[in-house]
Amino acid sequence: MAPADSSPVDLVEAPVLERVLHQALRRGGDFAEVFVEDRSSSSIFLDDRKVEELSSGRDRGAGIRVVVGETTGFAHTADLSETGLLNAAEAAAAVAREGGGGVHEVALSRQQPQRRQVTTPPNAVSKSDKVDLLLRADESSRSAGAAVVQVSAGYGDSRRRILVANSEGLLADDDRVRTRFFVTCVASGDGGMQTGSESIAYTLGFDMFDDHPVEEAAKKAADRAITKLKARPAPSGVLPVVLKRGSGGFLFHEACGHGLEADHILKDSSVYTGRVGQMVASPGVTLVDDGTFGANWGALVIDDEGRPTQRNVLIQDGVLTEYMWDYLRARKEGRASSGNGRRQSYEDLPMVRMTNTYLLAGEEDPDEILAQTPKGIYVAQLGGGQVNTATGDFVFGMTEAYLVENGRIAEPLRNANLIGNGPDVLSKIDAIGNDFEMSPGTCGKDGQNVPVGCGQPTMRVSGITIGGTASG
Amino acid sequence: MADLLGLARQVLEQAKADEEVEVYVAHGRETSIRVFEGEIEELTTAESAGVGVRVISGGRQGFSYVGALEPTAAAEALVEARDNARFATTDEYAGLASPDGVEPPVLDLWREDLASFPTDDKVGLALELERRVRDGDSRIRQVVSSDYVDGYGETAIATSRGIEVSSRQTGCYLFVHAVAGDGDDTQTGFGYSVGRSPVDLDLEAAATDAVDRATRLLGAKKAKSARLTAVLDRRVTATLLGILSGTLSGEEVVKGRSLFAGRIGEKVGVDGLTLVDDPTNPLAYGASEHDAEGLACRRNSLISGGELTGFLYNTYAARLAGTASTGSAVRGGFRTTPGVGAQALSLEPGTQDQTEIIAQVGDGFLVQSITGVHSGVNRVSGDFSVGAEGLMIRSGELAEPVREVTIASTIQRMLQHVVAVGSDIEWLPGAATGVTLAIDDVALSGS
Repeated sequence: MAPADSSPVDLVEAPVLERVLHQALRRGGDFAEVFVEDRSSSSIFLDDRKVEELSSGRDRGAGIRVVVGETTGFAHTADLSETGLLNAAEAAAAVAREGGGGVHEVALSRQQPQRRQVTTPPNAVSKSDKVDLLLRADESSRSAGAAVVQVSAGYGDSRRRILVANSEGLLADDDRVRTRFFVTCVASGDGGMQTGSESIAYTLGFDMFDDHPVEEAAKKAADRAITKLKARPAPSGVLPVVLKRGSGGFLFHEACGHGLEADHILKDSSVYTGRVGQMVASPGVTLVDDGTFGANWGALVIDDEGRPTQRNVLIQDGVLTEYMWDYLRARKEGRASSGNGRRQSYEDLPMVRMTNTYLLAGEEDPDEILAQTPKGIYVAQLGGGQVNTATGDFVFGMTEAYLVENGRIAEPLRNANLIGNGPDVLSKIDAIGNDFEMSPGTCGKDGQNVPVGCGQPTMRVSGITIGGTASG
Repeated sequence: MADLLGLARQVLEQAKADEEVEVYVAHGRETSIRVFEGEIEELTTAESAGVGVRVISGGRQGFSYVGALEPTAAAEALVEARDNARFATTDEYAGLASPDGVEPPVLDLWREDLASFPTDDKVGLALELERRVRDGDSRIRQVVSSDYVDGYGETAIATSRGIEVSSRQTGCYLFVHAVAGDGDDTQTGFGYSVGRSPVDLDLEAAATDAVDRATRLLGAKKAKSARLTAVLDRRVTATLLGILSGTLSGEEVVKGRSLFAGRIGEKVGVDGLTLVDDPTNPLAYGASEHDAEGLACRRNSLISGGELTGFLYNTYAARLAGTASTGSAVRGGFRTTPGVGAQALSLEPGTQDQTEIIAQVGDGFLVQSITGVHSGVNRVSGDFSVGAEGLMIRSGELAEPVREVTIASTIQRMLQHVVAVGSDIEWLPGAATGVTLAIDDVALSGS
């Protein structure tokens, strides 16, 4: 099959879209939008030395929304025929009760942003090559040490072709290919079992594995589990925390990223409401959200409202400069969207979401940061986390962490959460390294999951509460 | 209503003689209303449907799905699943469920009145909920969202092993998210009410809950680190039971990933601790006549009087372990294959309500909500560390509010340190039931 190219995504023809938009606004309304999607995906799962399952699927459908004042009506359908789309438009328009919308003609004009080129799309790779990847990972994890008693690994790819048309005349499309891989190992020792995991995920095709061999990830996951067999319980209390580059980007995604999403801001449910221009972080802290950033997991050419993504500086040298916006919230404030309108699928309404969110590197030598930490925690990998945007309180799981003693990495620690408050942690950053790394993740908000990237340099926070069980 | 079983049979007819085929068809409709400041903010009508096909051929399993109820597309999914199977590892334990003679419970999970409930009344409920929360306390600064959601789901399963079942159910809920403020201090609280039909919904309870939960945390501070007795609020216990059930999955046990492997018959908890998974109980929102492979649901005892009595199995995990399925196959819709999971967990209730337990505990910490469960709990090692907020308990009474602390222990320890199970069972959405639970010797980490 041909690689994903720059030919337009013609899931529904422009004249049909124009008639559907017309129908959507027939009873009134200020804005209408049709989002059409054709998604094919495949996944393979290995567990207990066996390729347990190959799975593949296809979803096609359209979501239609109609905005009337402050009210949004939304309906979706898997029927992409003109009748199916017109019915969905009618259902979405049910919120436009006032009637008297009159005639609203829509003439679409196609936007042509530079399409991402995919070297090796998933459908150009045989299923046996994908299976082989997992077998190699299993082998690599198991050969890392006899303590490794169980390995599971997964491969997944997706191709998402989308088409967005709205009543302002926008017509844009995109063809998105993503590939991911994960591996989880269980190691067993005298003190019980421990786990270690690692993942690779990019907005790329199968060529992703050229630069990121699964063997390396599989070994890393196994080493993590083995190391933790000797781990002691994490301490309990407030300690300085050094975050290794790439380990803690998610902390900033949670601790402040979510609070900078305009939907939270406009509902006054964020600690950052009304704080543009104020110092919200230590000097030297610059936070960026950038959908155009490389082939990272959160990269997008256009967002799910058809707007080209861009590089948005949210915090500049400690000062809050900007929030993130989707169409609806930007419209309310009479400004432009920042290209942050995303949705999980055609079955969901878009909302303000992050793309690739990261802290820029500073000037300090990472080794020096560690050397100048007499006592604390060194975090090499964080798991997931959660934030309450209204209070800024967050929690995060440490999945690879060590005690720091006299400026050196000492004993490994068992998993534990750390807990803090976004604004508080940002103001306690007291060292920023000159290195940098991104890592992939999945961001959940209001029941919708989207791929995001996060990144940071090696850095130190002067005090975070460690939720372990061992006294200081 | 679509003829889901008819479509499943139609696909099944295309199975080849040397392969096992399972066709799972699902269809659902949902209406979701969100109001904000007295206006409808979002009104969504959603219909989703699809077919998932599993093929096992020569001991190898493949799966494919399509998000449509179209015979041609479903037939293509069968062909694709068949091709996928060629690349899996041959596994003598792979296989579909065989009818096992267990009679399914007869459950009435469908409410006719849901379909005829007018949209205006649904909007009315969401608006009334928002109003009551706003008026509930002068310190309520914002009602971020007030939602009414309802819908129905129907499924059918037909397999080449002779299983043919279908089921349907309705459900609805109200959910409200409130922010309370006092000076610079901000706290949040959620309230909800669940039912199978709008007549089941308790709007006042949802409103009161959101107001109380947000306002009683105002002024909360970090507490000093200590070892103490944690009294888990009902919903927190439900979350904990959900975690615990992951360790009782027969699949995790047989694959060497459960801290309970090989411990059947051992004392894993205190004497009074009894845990069952009973999807045959119609009061549970996880109730179901059949599991996701079409076998009858049944009551499974997991822990009885502190003794570990059983694990949960779907067909594959049971075959791996050399035992029989417990009717515990679960799936997240037509896009996935059946896994193993609890459906309606509950602890055997005790005799005291929450107030009495608090009085008995004397000094401790009432945990109102926890965060970071997916990141802070390791089902393999048993390590448990979550963010928590709530109220200190002093001299048997609720005292000052606390935030930004963690509570930590291990799953193993917690079961051995249960000091009281409440009498206050609450049926909640999801696979677990709420009840107040007191556990001593928990590490609170704060300042």
